[in-house]
Amino acid sequence: MSTILAFPVALPLAGAAFVAFTDGWLPDRVKELPAIAIAAATTVISTIILVRTERMTLVHWFGGWEPRHGLALGIGFVAEPLGAGMATLAAALVTASLVFSWRYMTEAPRLYRVLMLVFLAGMSGFALSGDLFNMFVWFELMGVAAYALAGYAVERLGPIQGALNFAITNTVAALFILFGIALLYGATGALNLAQIGRTLGGHSVDGLVVVAFTLLIAGLLVKSAAVPFHFWLADAYAVAPAPVCAVFAGAMSEVGLFGIARLYWTVFDGPIGPHVGAVRDVLLAVGIATAIVAAVMAFLQRHLKRLLAYTVISHVGIALCGIALLDATALGGAANLVLSHGFIKAGLFLACGVLLREFRGLDELALRGRGRALPLLGALWLLAAVGLVGFPYVGSFLGHSLVDDAAIEHAHRWLPATLMVATGVSGGAILRAGARIFLGWGPRDDPLLREEPPEEVPEETASMPAMLAITTGVIAIGVGFSLIPGLEDRSEHAADRFRDQHTYVDRTLFGKVRTYGPSAPVVIHRATPASIGYGLGAGLIAAATAGFGLYRRRLPAGTRQAGRRWLEPSVDGLRALHTGVVGDYVMWITVGTAVIGGIWALTLVS
Amino acid sequence: MSYLPYALAGWIFVVGLYGVVSSRNLIHLAVCLTVMQSGTYVLLLAIGYKNGAAAPIFRPSHHPAVDPVVQALTLTDIVVSVTVVALILALALAAHKESGSVNPEEIADFSG
Repeated sequence: MSTILAFPVALPLAGAAFVAFTDGWLPDRVKELPAIAIAAATTVISTIILVRTERMTLVHWFGGWEPRHGLALGIGFVAEPLGAGMATLAAALVTASLVFSWRYMTEAPRLYRVLMLVFLAGMSGFALSGDLFNMFVWFELMGVAAYALAGYAVERLGPIQGALNFAITNTVAALFILFGIALLYGATGALNLAQIGRTLGGHSVDGLVVVAFTLLIAGLLVKSAAVPFHFWLADAYAVAPAPVCAVFAGAMSEVGLFGIARLYWTVFDGPIGPHVGAVRDVLLAVGIATAIVAAVMAFLQRHLKRLLAYTVISHVGIALCGIALLDATALGGAANLVLSHGFIKAGLFLACGVLLREFRGLDELALRGRGRALPLLGALWLLAAVGLVGFPYVGSFLGHSLVDDAAIEHAHRWLPATLMVATGVSGGAILRAGARIFLGWGPRDDPLLREEPPEEVPEETASMPAMLAITTGVIAIGVGFSLIPGLEDRSEHAADRFRDQHTYVDRTLFGKVRTYGPSAPVVIHRATPASIGYGLGAGLIAAATAGFGLYRRRLPAGTRQAGRRWLEPSVDGLRALHTGVVGDYVMWITVGTAVIGGIWALTLVS
Repeated sequence: MSYLPYALAGWIFVVGLYGVVSSRNLIHLAVCLTVMQSGTYVLLLAIGYKNGAAAPIFRPSHHPAVDPVVQALTLTDIVVSVTVVALILALALAAHKESGSVNPEEIADFSG
């Protein structure tokens, strides 16, 4: 019965071996099919798990090693709605990417398909596992597959640099996590999340718990790419093939955020709960810095994938704010943001793949006006930008409005306005690129935007209609998320369950099944006037940002000079920090971890 | 047991981290990563160590043994690190082929 929980990892792993083995034998025309079928089957199974978790939390102990007297020796998977939702999102995006890359990847396509399946297994395992060390192993498996995928075009320097920076920073992050795990094991003698949480729950916070907490959270912040741990992401996403970027942006960054939420509520909520304010303030500060810095960096890019990469970081910051409020409504909002952003951003990266196939380049200025030949893609691009901004009842609006509501409830009235500016600026960057490419607006050159190396161009054999259809489907799903009836109640309910450590421990360690009542009413979320206001405001800021990017030459000369004098030093400084050299990135990771740990050491230890 | 093994684990970890930050050679950098990783091995083994205990081979005798779990974790850890280091070295090789250099500063194609 609970064996189904093993399939989201067993199926893609076995499938990867199957694809690697049979690929040489199959005729060319059907070679893509097994991988697509395996990914699609994984999506179906993850969806079945998701539907089943609505009634109760599912637990599976591998090899039948069930816990006795609350002591877990075996490794267990625990599926509740948010984790199962994460696994479903990952599987759906991998399926879409594999279909999209039909004849798109011509260099060593077999390795590509195998790596995508292993990558999927890693993400699903991380989302479902209930064991800390097991989570680390999935994290590394996901990482290794992702490094190889990022450096796929290994005969050019850009992808090598991106993959190396990605691999080294994320390996350092994994070692931080491992160090934290070892400390927690030393303190509690347990690796099962529920058991660690239960053991720590009775104690007050000591130095050891703070160090372990800091190392684990910092490691996961590297994976989810929060400022100042974010530097690797733009390098890696700018060079990875477009369909790989779609999965990176839609699922991998979010997996890191999911890990933070999972660890906080299953392990650390007990001991740290009394000092929750310090955790909230630090994570909020990191989230806001991420949202703003990355939005500004996105505005300074002309390479489309690099531009989108920075908007991914910005949205990670916003979702991190949702988690940081440590509240059920905000966590439900963050889950919704992850879902809608995941699909929309994946769709935008796929759109980049279409542009690359059609125009052999991804440079915003070089593509100016050429997108007129693809009106459908242009419409999708603009729709996606509006969906990301959180315009009322489009795309990520539901998530934004839940986070806003929770922030106002916690007397953080300044937070929604700050997030509004961040989404406005990052959405404005996407709008500007779309208006320039698909409508031919704005000048041909822009001294603010620096040229980056050219892109790897896919083969002509890739089928345009299929690529367009998949892109349309993925963006349409993402844009429709705010209109799904009943989603708001379900996500809040799921977030409530996610935060309920007591029931989690009872279910995992003692097998006490708790069933949840009939589903919440199926109605469309009715937003508060405040959040509609913030959504409209973000839309206005996005339009203004795009207009500024395209037509700032029409401003009066005095205004421009004053603006240049004030803004240029900070813009140049911000740019200069993104050196592309991995040692600098690791230094930022170290400094960030030390600062966060220092603050928590001063505020958490009682 | 003394605090020495823990201090040593932390020292190795931080020394490796310093190497990763300051390295100007990708091969050297990959070795620094394995040094960091060695810090985690020492930490894990120190946590499971008991004075006077034998290796965790459980025969019918009731002799005290060190914690076998951390040894299993260390083994898994080694396997994982070998994969990652192999990949980084392969990428370093590719970088050298493309640019003739393994200095991270000289292969920085993208920035800003």
